[in-house]
Amino acid sequence: MTDILAVQTRRKGRLRISKQLRTPLAITGGAIVVFWLLIALFAQWIRPFDPLAQDFMRLQPPSAEHWFGTDQVGRDVLSRVITGAQVSIPLALMLVVFAMLIGSLLGAIAGYFGKAIDEVIMRIADLVFAFPTIILAMVIAAALGPSLTNAVIAMLIVSWPAYARVTRSLVLGARNAEYVIAGRLLGNGPFTSLRKDILPNVLSPVVVLATLDVGTAILLLSGLSFLGLGAIPPTPDWGAMVADGVQNFSSWWIAVFPGLAILTVVLAFNFLGDALRDALDPRSQEAVQGRAL
Amino acid sequence: MPESNSTAPREQGARAGIHPLARYLGIRAALTVLLLFGVTLVTFTLTNLVPADPVQAALGEQAAADPEIVAQFRADAGLDQPLPVQYITYVGNLLQGDWGISQQTRAPVAQDLGKAFPATAELALAAILISIVIGIGLGMWAALRRRTITDQVIRVVSLIGISVPSFWLALVVYFVFFSQLHWFPGSGRLSPAAIPPPKVTGMYTVDSLLAGQWATFGDAVSHLILPAAVLALYTIGLLTRFARSAILEVLDLDYVRAARAKGLPGRIVVGRYVLRGALVPIITVLGVAFGSLLSGTVLVEKVYSWHGLGEYAYSAATKLDLPAIMGVGLIVGFVYIGLNFLIDVLYGVIDPRVRVA
Repeated sequence: MTDILAVQTRRKGRLRISKQLRTPLAITGGAIVVFWLLIALFAQWIRPFDPLAQDFMRLQPPSAEHWFGTDQVGRDVLSRVITGAQVSIPLALMLVVFAMLIGSLLGAIAGYFGKAIDEVIMRIADLVFAFPTIILAMVIAAALGPSLTNAVIAMLIVSWPAYARVTRSLVLGARNAEYVIAGRLLGNGPFTSLRKDILPNVLSPVVVLATLDVGTAILLLSGLSFLGLGAIPPTPDWGAMVADGVQNFSSWWIAVFPGLAILTVVLAFNFLGDALRDALDPRSQEAVQGRAL
Repeated sequence: MPESNSTAPREQGARAGIHPLARYLGIRAALTVLLLFGVTLVTFTLTNLVPADPVQAALGEQAAADPEIVAQFRADAGLDQPLPVQYITYVGNLLQGDWGISQQTRAPVAQDLGKAFPATAELALAAILISIVIGIGLGMWAALRRRTITDQVIRVVSLIGISVPSFWLALVVYFVFFSQLHWFPGSGRLSPAAIPPPKVTGMYTVDSLLAGQWATFGDAVSHLILPAAVLALYTIGLLTRFARSAILEVLDLDYVRAARAKGLPGRIVVGRYVLRGALVPIITVLGVAFGSLLSGTVLVEKVYSWHGLGEYAYSAATKLDLPAIMGVGLIVGFVYIGLNFLIDVLYGVIDPRVRVA
């Protein structure tokens, strides 16, 4: 989060941004995100049990010893929820960063050079947009074979076009600005021009889109794991844990707690993203977020 | 999603001597057909990408050990042809209704999908109806009470809506309202004793109405409510946000102020003037919303044993039944593209300013 703010402050002036972000929603969101980041960071020391250790105490309801109960092979649900933070959060953050890098780079190239290269890149993007996101991610993940890495690759494939579209339209707008032309006349090559004059000026909406995307990425990843196309057992992934809960229906605690973990993290990132979007663009707020999950 | 608010000069169409709307629809239709082929290209590529050998999958290990049988099979299936030829064969097969054989049901995928589709259509339509009513209602309420506590509460509600993992909510809602409270019947589309109505559309609620079977209709609706509500939550959140901002855009326009100034009652101003002006962006987002509902069913139907595309996709995904998964990808892609085309048409009809860049 601090990185995002740093990018913004350089462009838009620190005071306005930080004031806008001092809303109750943003503060709540930020606090919850920090809470989960700390949990992910210190999981090894916080968790009461080994998240993989099986035990004869199967399907125990929450008790003083096992706060969140135990699952179908006697593993401590609390410890697994805590460890799950180490799976979902870093992967989602990494995914969003890579999707943003790849997408905005391709979008910038498409917008700047135009013509055939633009057509090729944007038509591929259109193909991705022709599917609802989860469906395409599911199809790709299934074709690649179930694993966390493949799930992330599948998500990367479905995520970059949103960034490419936004960046492309922004670059198209900035391409003929006087300062860009001045730079070219001074002898900047196309890539130097892109890097020095154009990209820094189109970055903030892309970063907002990325912030809004973290929550979606966590939902998508846990959805794939729920389908058995993400984390492979016994990895303590939240989505996979909810799937365990479907198999053991009467033991509600197996599914309820990891689900609450997903809900709180996603909600927190969405609170933050929402506030950031308001702060940067009080009008036409929904412009950057038009993708189905 | 449709690429819509582009503004090519009005003269272009006129110069070519074609009505701008016809030209617009023609271009959208051509793009739609291209996208349909694109979808088949994606599934074809993914099918060929699979590391597992299709020959072994189809023949089983014993037969795959015999080189003669393998060669015969490869020739029969056209696997010895270059990839572009294979793609043409693939599309030809799809057009003839040959979508492959599901590895788990051992039935043709097209047949499975045909059985499953009406169930999902029923669920998704119910969910989109719920979302339209509640989502646009909430969005309008928030816009009219902008920057009040109501607006804030609605904002939090809609953010919660887009943040809840649907597969988890499905489970929790099922547990609370069925297992604990017994307010609703359990899983399935009808009670075990009930006989499905005569098949017309395959949607039990519609078919039972058509046949005049009121008891069956009530039974089908009571089974539909929980999964539809769970699915709708995400789209309600999505629609609320869009409706709010779309209505806010219109609310301050001169024609709305003029309507107020000449003394029209509030509900007429909102109903006839504001909502109508905000309709175009809201319709655009309906396509996205419907897409998310179709994908949502994959995560929700399993919990309710709702025998639709979603449950089919779920079991196909967990068992890595690729022909079935690709079939689901194809049909959902087709429906989604078709729907977005319809929305584009609607969009062009409603808003005469629409032109294609």
